[in-house]
Amino acid sequence: MKISRRQLLVLLPAAAVAWKAVLAGTPEDSPNYKTSEHWWGMLIDIPKCIGCGNCVRACQTENDVPDGLFRTWVERYHVTDEDMISPEVISPDGGKQGFPVAKEDAGKYFFVPKLCNHCAESPCTQVCPVGATFVSPDGVVLVDQSYCLGCAYCVQACPYGCRYIHPEKKVADKCTLCYHRITKGLTTACCESCPTGARQLVDLKNPADPIHAFLKTHSVQVLKPQMATGAKAYYNGLDGSVR
Amino acid sequence: MSAFKDAGHLFRFAGLFVLAFLIFLGIRGFVVPKTFGQYGHYRAAAMGDIAAHPAKFAGHETCEGCHSDILDAKKNGKHAHVNCEACHGAIYQKMPAPEGPKPNAFQRLVALVVKPMPPDPPLLRHAEDPASVKPELPDTAVLCARCHTASAAKPKGFPQVNPEEHSSGVPCQTCHNPHSPAMDAATGTGGAK
Repeated sequence: MKISRRQLLVLLPAAAVAWKAVLAGTPEDSPNYKTSEHWWGMLIDIPKCIGCGNCVRACQTENDVPDGLFRTWVERYHVTDEDMISPEVISPDGGKQGFPVAKEDAGKYFFVPKLCNHCAESPCTQVCPVGATFVSPDGVVLVDQSYCLGCAYCVQACPYGCRYIHPEKKVADKCTLCYHRITKGLTTACCESCPTGARQLVDLKNPADPIHAFLKTHSVQVLKPQMATGAKAYYNGLDGSVR
Repeated sequence: MSAFKDAGHLFRFAGLFVLAFLIFLGIRGFVVPKTFGQYGHYRAAAMGDIAAHPAKFAGHETCEGCHSDILDAKKNGKHAHVNCEACHGAIYQKMPAPEGPKPNAFQRLVALVVKPMPPDPPLLRHAEDPASVKPELPDTAVLCARCHTASAAKPKGFPQVNPEEHSSGVPCQTCHNPHSPAMDAATGTGGAK
């Protein structure tokens, strides 16, 4: 086959464009796990939370989270009868070692565990200038730490305060919904160690997941619904004073 | 042909543009990661990298494989739904990282600009080597109190005590079996189901 100089000039750029597609491999290194078959989220049952801090400690152990920074944490709200607008919120060391005893007095107390909401329309991934953070096809917001510049734009963009810059790696870090566990058929470290079942990993694409019946029969809310983030951390029994 | 008369310099200039474009495509093909753009504006292989981290919490199914006696003790008690590692913690120890191949000159040059992520240290779990990785028995004075110390913030139906009044310093497991904490109905009511 004889190729003229003119044909070569046309073919070379076309080949260069096609080369990328040739090189593209498969990302799913975990066997038997198909990203298209899952859509992960979490159910947080506030009336069951006892504020023991097991989830916070388990997360720090499982994911080597530096001291003083949290991928998940627990807040304790104190809402007095007269003041629904400005509740008193404490979270000593993220609730890692539990909370001081709350005395019976006016108003109500309750615990609110928080973590990345794994938003389907996440504001944090939209601002990343380099494509280092993304919503995976199975609905988990992840950070590609070998690609992240550490500009912290995403840390500012998250309306839930769920991201931080890792002090040693100097890149954005956050809850991965224990992606290394859920892709192997395990539940997250926080759910595994929650003694009361206040946290439950849910797979919204799994028709057998009890979340579907739960969502039908309970008053479930997400945090900051007005921001239309498509949050997938579903809170049962969420008080209106929670921010 | 007269239209292209004296236009040779334009063709040469256009040729330079085409050449520059080809060089751009070549560099781009080399620099942009292979899986970038496969699912969206990100490197699809990052999911595999993150999924490859070792899990420290083994999951209660792993524990129950050997400790079926504990499972039997737990299954009818109030702690039936409390997973093993919720109290015992993740039983593992970090191993010294194996020496990898030395980076070549190019990798060292790249490392000056882009710091490579340190690999996860390998783990040895109790389930893999029960003899050498021994779990520590949790201190019940801390462990039980963390959940069961009375506080107005806890759900009303949750069993709560003031530890000092309740036991005056006697360790919890003197009366309660942590795996099934309800006491015998004949001896008392504490921790009854």
